[in-house]
Amino acid sequence: MSSALDSRIGSPWRKPNFIHSPVLRWGLLAITLVYLFFAFNSIDVNWTRVSEGLVRGWKFVKAFASPDFVSRGTDIYDGMVESIIMAVTSTVVGIIISIPIGLGAARNIAPLPVYLICRGIIALSRALNEIIVAILMVAIFGFGPLAGFITLSFATIGFLAKLLAENIEDMDKVQAEAVKSTGASWLQWINYGVQPQVIPRLIGLSIYRLDINFRESAVLGLVGAGGIGATLNTSFDRYEYDTTAAILLIIIAVVMALEYLSGIIRAKVQ
Amino acid sequence: MPVSEPISGKKIWQLRSRNQTLTRWFATFAAVSIFMWCWKQISDVTTWFFVWDAPRIAADIGGRAMPPRWSYISELWEPIWDTFNMATLGTIFALIMAVPIAFLAARNTTPSTLFVRPIALLIIVSTRSINSLIWALLLVAIIGPGVAAGLMAISIRSIGFCAKLLYEAIEEIDTSQVEAITATGASRWQVMVYGIVPQIMPAFAGISVFRWDINIRESTVLGLVGAGGIGLQLQSSLNTLAWPQVTLILLVILVAVIAGEWISAKVRGAII
Repeated sequence: MSSALDSRIGSPWRKPNFIHSPVLRWGLLAITLVYLFFAFNSIDVNWTRVSEGLVRGWKFVKAFASPDFVSRGTDIYDGMVESIIMAVTSTVVGIIISIPIGLGAARNIAPLPVYLICRGIIALSRALNEIIVAILMVAIFGFGPLAGFITLSFATIGFLAKLLAENIEDMDKVQAEAVKSTGASWLQWINYGVQPQVIPRLIGLSIYRLDINFRESAVLGLVGAGGIGATLNTSFDRYEYDTTAAILLIIIAVVMALEYLSGIIRAKVQ
Repeated sequence: MPVSEPISGKKIWQLRSRNQTLTRWFATFAAVSIFMWCWKQISDVTTWFFVWDAPRIAADIGGRAMPPRWSYISELWEPIWDTFNMATLGTIFALIMAVPIAFLAARNTTPSTLFVRPIALLIIVSTRSINSLIWALLLVAIIGPGVAAGLMAISIRSIGFCAKLLYEAIEEIDTSQVEAITATGASRWQVMVYGIVPQIMPAFAGISVFRWDINIRESTVLGLVGAGGIGLQLQSSLNTLAWPQVTLILLVILVAVIAGEWISAKVRGAII
């Protein structure tokens, strides 16, 4: 002890290394550098194309100074309304479906077979990207907002049911047991013992999911599943950057409004 | 406590008073009406014949898609590598840009609450609210199709996400440690390196792995708009109605996503 101290006296303090083993430290650094080298080499950038494109990019940036809300006004309005409608309906339906699945996926409530099935549904819904689901839904149900609505509802289930299940697993057991000891039936137990504990969080998450669904509904139109995405894509294809800028500004404004709203609602319920 | 008194004079306990019940009823009524109206809008533009026909179509596509064309995997290795690079390099670039923005946006480290903070918050909000697919669409138009566009789209989209979580972590730090470092006479930078950074390191690592996991998912579809990666193969297979190839690509994506989630869970478990 004292010899270790003696050897340290006189030498200035040095920050201890993040990874203690030097072999691991330098090894990881070397692997990272080799990876970065190969990764950068595999990206080929056509610089003449980029320099041409930068002119267009600058035009796009300038378009934000003069967004054109008017000349495609009706298209933007219809697309926006459709996006909002899709977001609202899919959030509502998603919540309704995800409550039973969330209950089933909580290990302290559900028996093992139900738990496994519900966890499987959640895993499937989370693993598949919205756009891929939307492509399949468009192939099956045809073009239009119905395909987008089904896609978003499916995505909502994975998100809400997972968080709801985790919330139920973390709940205070004492309250639930108190309700059970009064001789409550299973439904009464869920309604008076479990529900009051998780509902504030569920409301907050639902609003957050509405926000996500709106953002996602803006891109589903790219694959024909309804919403503002179709208008956005068309405006890109026609190089009408003023219209594009207008649509993007509206999306940002709506998302900000939703975020503000969700902040107020969450502060109220919690 | 809300109590109702019927004619017999016996008091009955109720959960809510009359006005509360009425307000709740009207709120529910309004919510249901809005939902029904929205549903009608969707229903009006839907060709219901196609929907009733859907099970047959789904079975038909399923029949065509099975079995997956396993030999096609030889053409997929390069797109998989590209996809992985887009997600990883995109996350790295995003973190490089997100860290200064987060420090500028956090209330306790920003140089100026009046001028710099709103700008940083604006960057965070605007990059966050626009989906990476839209960024990719835009960048493909500007710098041409390819991995570079996807890489930039991923990194721009991730800036807002990482910076937001990071600046919230910075605002929640323990001030006594910062004060202790300041009391030794440390400069502004030294306070940052020895007082703030060690406290947000776990959050930073968690955020970067979490975002990397999300980016793996997102980079698989960026090819749909021409930004490279496995999505390009998906798009061309869909366009030629080569359903067995589509099945294989979807399987590959599923494996990639699950692997990404597994790795990120392991790393997060090791760090925190």
